[in-house]
Amino acid sequence: MNALISTALSGVVMMFAGLFVSNKQRIKFIAIVVLLACLVANLAELSTIEAGDRTLYGMITISRFSILFNAIALGATLIYFLLSGSAFENVGEHVADYFALIFFILSGITLASTFSSLLMLFLAIEIISIPQYILAGSDKKTPKSSEASLKYFLMGSFSTGILLMGITLIYGATGTFNVADLGLGAGKVNTLALCGIILVAFALSFKVSAAPFHFWTPDVYDGSPTVFTSFMATVVKAGGFIAFIRIFHGAFIGERITADWQLLLAIITAATLIIGNFTAVFQQSVKRMLAYSSIAQAGFMLLAVVSMNTYATQGIVLYAAAYSVATIGIFAVMIKLKDYTFDGFNGLARTQPVLAITTTIFVCSLAGIPLTAGFFAKYFVLTAAIQQGNLLWLVIVAVICAAISAYYYFRVIIAMYFKQGEPATVPITGGFKVMLIITAAIVILLGIFPGLLLQLI
Amino acid sequence: MLTVLLILIPLVAGLITFGLKGSGPKVLGLIASLASLAVTLGALFQFRTTPASLQFSANWIPQLGAQFSVGLDGMGLMLCLLTAISFLLIFIVIFNREYERANSFYGLMLLSQAGLVGVFTAYDALLFYVFWELALIPVYFLCSLWGGEKRIPVTFKFFVYTFAGSLLMLIGLIYIYLQSPDHSFSYASFTNGSIAPQDQSWLFWLFFVAFAIKMPVFPFHTWQPDTYEQSPTPVTMVLSGIMVKMGLFGVVRWLLPVLPKGAYMWSDVAIVLSIIGIIYASCIAIVQSDIKRLIAYSSIAHIGLMSAAIFTNNEQSLQGMMVQLFNHGINIIGLWIIVEIIQQRLKIKNLNEMGGIAQYAPGIAIFLVTISLANIALPLTNGFIGEFLMLSGLFQYNVWFMAVAGLGIILGAVYTLNMVQKAIFGQSNALTETTTDLKANELLVLSIIVVIILVLGVYPKPMLELVSSTTELVNKVY
Repeated sequence: MNALISTALSGVVMMFAGLFVSNKQRIKFIAIVVLLACLVANLAELSTIEAGDRTLYGMITISRFSILFNAIALGATLIYFLLSGSAFENVGEHVADYFALIFFILSGITLASTFSSLLMLFLAIEIISIPQYILAGSDKKTPKSSEASLKYFLMGSFSTGILLMGITLIYGATGTFNVADLGLGAGKVNTLALCGIILVAFALSFKVSAAPFHFWTPDVYDGSPTVFTSFMATVVKAGGFIAFIRIFHGAFIGERITADWQLLLAIITAATLIIGNFTAVFQQSVKRMLAYSSIAQAGFMLLAVVSMNTYATQGIVLYAAAYSVATIGIFAVMIKLKDYTFDGFNGLARTQPVLAITTTIFVCSLAGIPLTAGFFAKYFVLTAAIQQGNLLWLVIVAVICAAISAYYYFRVIIAMYFKQGEPATVPITGGFKVMLIITAAIVILLGIFPGLLLQLI
Repeated sequence: MLTVLLILIPLVAGLITFGLKGSGPKVLGLIASLASLAVTLGALFQFRTTPASLQFSANWIPQLGAQFSVGLDGMGLMLCLLTAISFLLIFIVIFNREYERANSFYGLMLLSQAGLVGVFTAYDALLFYVFWELALIPVYFLCSLWGGEKRIPVTFKFFVYTFAGSLLMLIGLIYIYLQSPDHSFSYASFTNGSIAPQDQSWLFWLFFVAFAIKMPVFPFHTWQPDTYEQSPTPVTMVLSGIMVKMGLFGVVRWLLPVLPKGAYMWSDVAIVLSIIGIIYASCIAIVQSDIKRLIAYSSIAHIGLMSAAIFTNNEQSLQGMMVQLFNHGINIIGLWIIVEIIQQRLKIKNLNEMGGIAQYAPGIAIFLVTISLANIALPLTNGFIGEFLMLSGLFQYNVWFMAVAGLGIILGAVYTLNMVQKAIFGQSNALTETTTDLKANELLVLSIIVVIILVLGVYPKPMLELVSSTTELVNKVY
């Protein structure tokens, strides 16, 4: 509740800041302070739900889990602001508006982690999506950016339509929007409801770029300004997943009905893993590689959605945190480079050792090497799927894909350390390096002691 | 506590080394490896008096039931001793070499030592997995940064290969973890035999493939000759002397006791694969003209015999295998040191370009002959006792298996003696006439190796006693 209100208000504050403050550094500073306030407000709510979850007018339910997830989303955004906030001004004039849009996306994410009515789910998805269409097209100077925006908008509104259709069918079958009262598990499977569930699954698969609904992802991520791609591929995606896992684990469970959609989602997961990983291997640009890697990582997170147990819930939180932090870090380094191809990273270890070593840690985390947060993230989603019992084939597909992912992630390391070159970078400040080191330290700390995060869940 | 110290010394020293300049890295490397050896000897002493004091356990991730649990048994202690001795010898040999970015080189070497000791001491499955992967990363960087011309694709293949194998093992570990009644990664709950036989049958392969890639066993060996050839020789010593032992160690510690029925079901297949590896690698070794590739293939052949011996379900061959773990490590490091010495002086590794070195550097010749004889397991050298016990165990398992595996000894003599003949005897040429004899540090290291070879060849009892506790334990559950 606090997070929802504070992020929405912060968005308004940032819009006004754009009117009255002309210094761009100061706008960034205001954004960081406001975000910190949101984070504090969110955590302050923990004390009020000690007695149990709190439901407001049947629309949203605040639980310990949702507050923790909001904290992770806000924290990741904080890291993102600190690392890449200065790059906003390279995109265009309206820096304050960009910050405002990001705050609006955040309020959508907090809604996605708390909804208890299907209407709120729809609202959350829309609030997350619409600012993204604007951010994707915010670079007015390059046609690619406008193309990305239009593509994203057309495909996105189509999928929103499908989501709405699904919700309508479920309403028709059950007569309620309230997640807790759907009662799909009881008795015979209702065909109308099942159609609705499948449509919702398709629409959400589109939002988290799962195959075969992923075709927009590479173009949109590649065309959008890099600094916004970084946010869209990480925190936003985590928000999509929290909606996904909450609706499927909270509302669509039941003895018969689970089996009906589980196989479908398992196939979507396998397709996402295979397409994402295999296509990423052939990319020449790191930015496009990261776009495909985000599809591949979505496949791993889908493993958690398919498996119905506590490991899955813990896993998705840990995964969202590990993946977001590492990817934000890599994007922050990439923004500093002039050339986004793999060759653009050649010899970075000699010219910028700090950037190279931190990027190595982020890449290792994405590949799931032990002692980085990414390892335990993968560990949890794999455990969830193995415990499910009937999904062992999917686990085998997942680990083969994980091995393939080491191939393209390590190409970045090979370029930085083992190849010669003089990568052109924009000037790099000491503060940026310190932030990178802190971010890398978080990745390692969560990799050695994942208990720090787990004990909160 | 000594066990934790064994991991901490190289870890801390390695991290410090990254920040040092000049000759600091090599001095610290030498000091750290001396300290490691001293601590290992201390642990050896404690193992005779109070073995329980070598166990250490602390909470790591209580939510998962994973503990930081390390300890030493006879086999672990022997492999730690091998690690400590090997690293000391390697650091002495390369003491007067100048490496580009020496601080990173020595730092990564020490980190890989920490990872290896961690693998040999871990008594918690998740911890074992973490160390298993960690030992790989520094070696990957060492090979890619200081290796030969084709180093990048070759070490990349090596990395992806082993990474894929370990991920399969991870599935197995998680599955067993979920089966264990108390949801714990501890060694005790892994070995309590609660896994259904039909599960053991497929779980076996998840583990076996991971270990087989590391050893390597045919047909998972294709990364190995290229990697040995392209790596800088000190790293090849680590890889072939110690790292391949991780696979064999893994089978004895984490496969046989955890999945005894699975191992029993598939032992024929595993032994046949190992024996194919012996014959296949020996034949290729015979026709090799590159000395590094020749030794690489000879290593596959030797490892093949060891991995066959593990699955014979026979105490004798298991004991022989463990002794051979140590002895093979010492012998192969000796061979690599000679290769390194020749390569350093003449910058060649093709056997056809060598010849006649014995006339100009008799020291090199004497040591090469001695170590080569140990490599083909001549009686009174350390290689003999292990191979004898392994073949005798294999004989009791199946006569035909033993007959084919025994051919490996003959073929081993063919390619080893062929190598000796081509490298140091015969006609000298303009290049080999310039060979200078051993320097003091090289003489010291090779003398130590030859002393170990002869002492353990004549009197192998202390080694056999050291590992006997482990063999008994494994045989009880197997």
